[in-house]
Amino acid sequence: MKILVMVKQVPDTATRIRINSDGTGIATDGIKWIINPYDEFALEEALRLREKFGGEVVAVALGPSRVEEAIRQSLAMGADRAVHIKTEAELDASLVAEALGAVAREEGFDLILTGKQAVDDDAAQVGARLAVVLGVPQVTVVLKLEVDAESRRVRAERELEGASEMVEAPLPAVLTAQRGLNEPRYPTLPNIMKAKRKPVTVKTLEELGVGTVLQARVMALTLPSERPAGRILEGEPEETVRELVRLLHEEAKVL
Amino acid sequence: MDTASLIDDYFMLDMGLTPEERAVRDTIRHFVEVEVRPNAGRWWLEGVFPTELIPRLADLGVFGAMLPEEYGGAGLSAVGYGLIMQELERGDSGLRSLASVQSSLAMFAVYRFGSESQKLHYLPAMARGEMIGCFGLTEPDAGSDPGAMRTRALKTESGYVISGAKRWITNGNLAQMAVVWAKDDEGVIRGFIVPVESPGFRAKKIETKASMRMSVTSELYLDDVEVPQTALLPASRGLGSPLACLTQARYGIVWGVVGAALDCLAEVAEYVKTRVAFGRPLARTQLIQERLVDMLSRIVAMQLRAFQLGRLYQAGTLRPPQVSLAKRDNARAALEVARLAREILGGNGISVDYGPIRHMLNLETVDTYEGTYEVHTLAVGRDLLQENAF
Repeated sequence: MKILVMVKQVPDTATRIRINSDGTGIATDGIKWIINPYDEFALEEALRLREKFGGEVVAVALGPSRVEEAIRQSLAMGADRAVHIKTEAELDASLVAEALGAVAREEGFDLILTGKQAVDDDAAQVGARLAVVLGVPQVTVVLKLEVDAESRRVRAERELEGASEMVEAPLPAVLTAQRGLNEPRYPTLPNIMKAKRKPVTVKTLEELGVGTVLQARVMALTLPSERPAGRILEGEPEETVRELVRLLHEEAKVL
Repeated sequence: MDTASLIDDYFMLDMGLTPEERAVRDTIRHFVEVEVRPNAGRWWLEGVFPTELIPRLADLGVFGAMLPEEYGGAGLSAVGYGLIMQELERGDSGLRSLASVQSSLAMFAVYRFGSESQKLHYLPAMARGEMIGCFGLTEPDAGSDPGAMRTRALKTESGYVISGAKRWITNGNLAQMAVVWAKDDEGVIRGFIVPVESPGFRAKKIETKASMRMSVTSELYLDDVEVPQTALLPASRGLGSPLACLTQARYGIVWGVVGAALDCLAEVAEYVKTRVAFGRPLARTQLIQERLVDMLSRIVAMQLRAFQLGRLYQAGTLRPPQVSLAKRDNARAALEVARLAREILGGNGISVDYGPIRHMLNLETVDTYEGTYEVHTLAVGRDLLQENAF
């Protein structure tokens, strides 16, 4: 079974975000980058499927040279090799899906796994768009996955608001991973060292025939406004409770 | 930048690491954060080593990480190995000690002084954590002066018969094999691999420690233990052999104690921001700021020593007295950082609900073992002045 895992490098969720000087993106200096946590679930699932059925896991990532670290980490977790679509350009979800789709077509695949969304822009677009680009079924927000290699079908449990849904689909397909699908492994030291020697193919957007003309672009990025300082009511409990209720009713208008 | 990242790497030494070294550090750090730190206080109080961690550490590739792949290692750089030690000791010095003794003492002794068949027999099993090793050098009456050891290995027709006692042996009661140092018929110190099931071999756990409680420390008794000729580490000869192993372990300590100190400062920095006294957070007082900056300053000095030592190691130009100076100063500095942290936490500081008292008590051991402050002072003094004052 050949599985492609689409991996995005995102700022560490613990990083304090600052806006860059032109106000359209985040300042990237001094940021610690990680693999999008949902993509880690996707990668872990791919590795487990390979352990069960054999085959190959190929990690695919798009971005500037800093993305190499996420690629190395994917290889250290156990991916067999990787494709790096190297570009400095800021792409929208549609172009990213086209570029990933071009690699997927070149590579061929039984299954594509990726996170249900990336934690940086929370767009949740690329997985679904990729399935459309490739003309294959998609199952998103997958919590549980069973693959039948014989009949080449997947059965996936999807998370819905207050319910879960069982979906069946034929392979090849695109699946997006939700937290809870599995517990990603630690990259082991020997695998970290071996990752250095695993092949990484570098592709440019040009080679893949993908342009950089955006259909959607970020106009402005602003930090959430600072929360006003809290107020502390002083006095006897009886008075302060009465005052609190009055404020909640008259000012906050929540009661 | 936020306080936590500034504490970790004030001088941005990260930029000198390879991607593999960073990945190794982050992996071990995450493991320790999730699997060790939440339980460390309890394990320490209970005085047990959580043996369920051994296969986990082995799976991660911690044991013998610097050894070549054919012996089960990962061929990791010296700096990478140092970072493992740092991250383990961020959890607890006892955890680092287990890994140190396994990798730098027991496995290293086999790797450096063992025959090819000994290496192939022991090292992969030890890397997989299926076999834990200990290192018997120190004796009840020979600590800083190991040359005065009384343990003897007398030649027999088929091998040796070893008798003597060893003390303060880390992993003694966890181990399946002991590297035992003994004097032969000519009074020359040789190393032997002694399986713990050998008749006449006994390990007794030392139960009275108020330090390093997560680490298993034992006395070893060898009562006419017969071993075959193949137990001898053929390339070992003289005091220099065990000392070469100690240089490895001390190198790991230089890095390890940085982790303990980082954990102390990180905890205290959090605390002083939220703890209010006299109407303001402790962090907004000059006395507290001075103490924290003092701690940071010591940590930066420790990190610089560790990194440079790692570079010397990798360049093949590391000299043992340099390791002595760094072990002496880093262990002492970490102990001072932990004491300051304990003090700032006030009454809370005496509880193992907070890390510093546990680190502080552990570091009393680290300051002493693998060569005391004084022994390393004399080693450096001899190197500096070409006069032996031991």
